[in-house]
Amino acid sequence: MDENLQRSPLHEEHLKLGAKMVPFAGWEMPVQYEGIMPEHKAVRATLGVFDISHMGQVFVSSETPGAAQQWLEGLLTNNVAKLNIGDGQYTVLLNESGGVIDDLIVYRKSELEYFLVVNASKTTEDFNWMKSHVGESGVTLRNSSSEYAGLAVQGPESVAAFSSLLGADAIMPERFCMGTFPTEDGDVIVCRTGYTGEDGFELFCPVAVGPKWWQKCLAAGATPAGLGSRDTLRLEKCYPLNGNDLSPTHTPLEAGLGFAVDLTKPAFIGRDTLVQQKADGLAQKLVAIRQTEKSPPPRPGYLVFADGVQVGELCSGGVSPMLGCGISMAYIGSAHNKIGTVLEVEIRGKRFPAEVVKKPFV
Amino acid sequence: MNVPDDLKYASSHEWVKLSDGDIATVGISDFAQAEMTEIVYVELPEVGRQVSAGEDTAVVESVKSASDIYSPVSGEIVEVNDALTDNPGTVNSSPFADGWMFKVKLSNPAEVDALLDAAGYRSSIS
Repeated sequence: MDENLQRSPLHEEHLKLGAKMVPFAGWEMPVQYEGIMPEHKAVRATLGVFDISHMGQVFVSSETPGAAQQWLEGLLTNNVAKLNIGDGQYTVLLNESGGVIDDLIVYRKSELEYFLVVNASKTTEDFNWMKSHVGESGVTLRNSSSEYAGLAVQGPESVAAFSSLLGADAIMPERFCMGTFPTEDGDVIVCRTGYTGEDGFELFCPVAVGPKWWQKCLAAGATPAGLGSRDTLRLEKCYPLNGNDLSPTHTPLEAGLGFAVDLTKPAFIGRDTLVQQKADGLAQKLVAIRQTEKSPPPRPGYLVFADGVQVGELCSGGVSPMLGCGISMAYIGSAHNKIGTVLEVEIRGKRFPAEVVKKPFV
Repeated sequence: MNVPDDLKYASSHEWVKLSDGDIATVGISDFAQAEMTEIVYVELPEVGRQVSAGEDTAVVESVKSASDIYSPVSGEIVEVNDALTDNPGTVNSSPFADGWMFKVKLSNPAEVDALLDAAGYRSSIS
C-alpha cells in the first residue's frame, strides 16, 4: 500500500485480527474483519467497535470568557451559546457562499474550552480555515489529532460496555454530551455520540494506550467493525458523508441539515446564502432513494432519471444489510424530490425502478 | 486457499472446467471470492451470446464494489447458473461447485491449453 498513508495507533491490532486494509482519507484503515454484513448486524443487535483514530480533534479556547464561544458562533451554523459545559452539538462549517467545508461535532469541554471532532479527510483544511479566521478574536487553536487514538463503541449494549471500560462508578454522559475521565492511562474523553444510529460512545485516549483500550473493548464483547460497515450503518440512517453527500457546492439546507442551522444567529460565514435559500425555497435537496425491484447495488456516480430525463446523480449508495435492498442518496430538484416520487437508477446502461422515501431508511 | 488440481485458471481469477469435450464451465476462484468478500449480486450473460476470450461476460458485486468477470475462452454461452440470482452468496460458499457462473461452447478449444494449471495459478496468487 502507498507508503505515504498514515497509520492508526491501532494498526497492529487490525493486522492481528486479519483485517482487510484500504486507503481512506490519507490513512490506511480496516474496511472489514470478518465481513461487512456480520459487523453491521453486530452493531445493530449487540455491540461493535470502530477505529476512528483518523478523525481530527481540535481544541478552541480563550482566556477571555465568551471569546471562544463568540468566535465559534461566527464560523459554525448551529447555536454554540446553547452549550452548557459537557454538552455537544452537530454543526457545520461553511465557506463564504454557504457551501459545506465540513460537518463536525463541537463539545463544550470547560468554561473556556471547546473540543471539535472533525472528519479525517478535512482535518487540515478545517484547521487552516479556522486559523485564517482567528484574527483579533483572542482564541487559541490546537490541532491535537495526532495525540489521540479514537474508538467508537456502538450498539445497544454500549451502556454495559461503558461500565466495563470506565468502571462501575463512572457516570456515562447523556446523549450528545461528553465527559473527561481520569484513568491510570491519563485522561480519557468519552462522547455519547456516533455515526451508526445506535446508542454508543466515542472514546479518545492517548495514542500510546490506544491498543490497550481497543483490547478492553473487545474484552467487553464488542465485535471489531471496519469502515465498510461504518458506511452501510450511516447510510441506513441517512447520515451524510462529507465528500460524498456534502460538498462546497451544496448548502446544509439542501443536505437536509436544517436542524443544525440556526438562522436566528445574527451572523456566521455562509449565512446570507442560507437566508436567501430559505426565502426562495430549495431548488434541490438530498433525498433518500430506495430500489423497488431487485437490482444491482446502487453506487455513487450512477445517474438518476424521472420520466426518462436525468434528474440527478447518486452521492452515496449501497446495499442495506437490514432491508436487503439497494439504498442511496442524491440531490434531486424540487419537481422530483417528494416522498413517493418514482425514479430510475441507471446501472451499467439499464434502468432499475426506485422511489423517493422518507429518511431514514432504517 | 483452495486451488483444485483438475481445473484450468485465468490470471484474472476465473476457473474453467471442461466437459463433453467442448463445453467449458466458468466460475471464479476461491482467492477471487475471498478478495471480493460478501457477494450480494451476480449479473449473468444472456444464453446464446457469443463471447471472446478476455471479454467481460458477467459482473459480481460485493457490498463494497463491482467486479467484471471475464470469459477465459471464446464461444457461445449455452447455460447460466440462474440459482445465483437469488443466492449470490453461493459464489462465496462454493466457488468451484454450486457457485459456477456460465457454460461456454468452445469455438477455439486450444485456448484452454493456454490457461494456467493449478500449480501455475497457485504461484500467481502467492
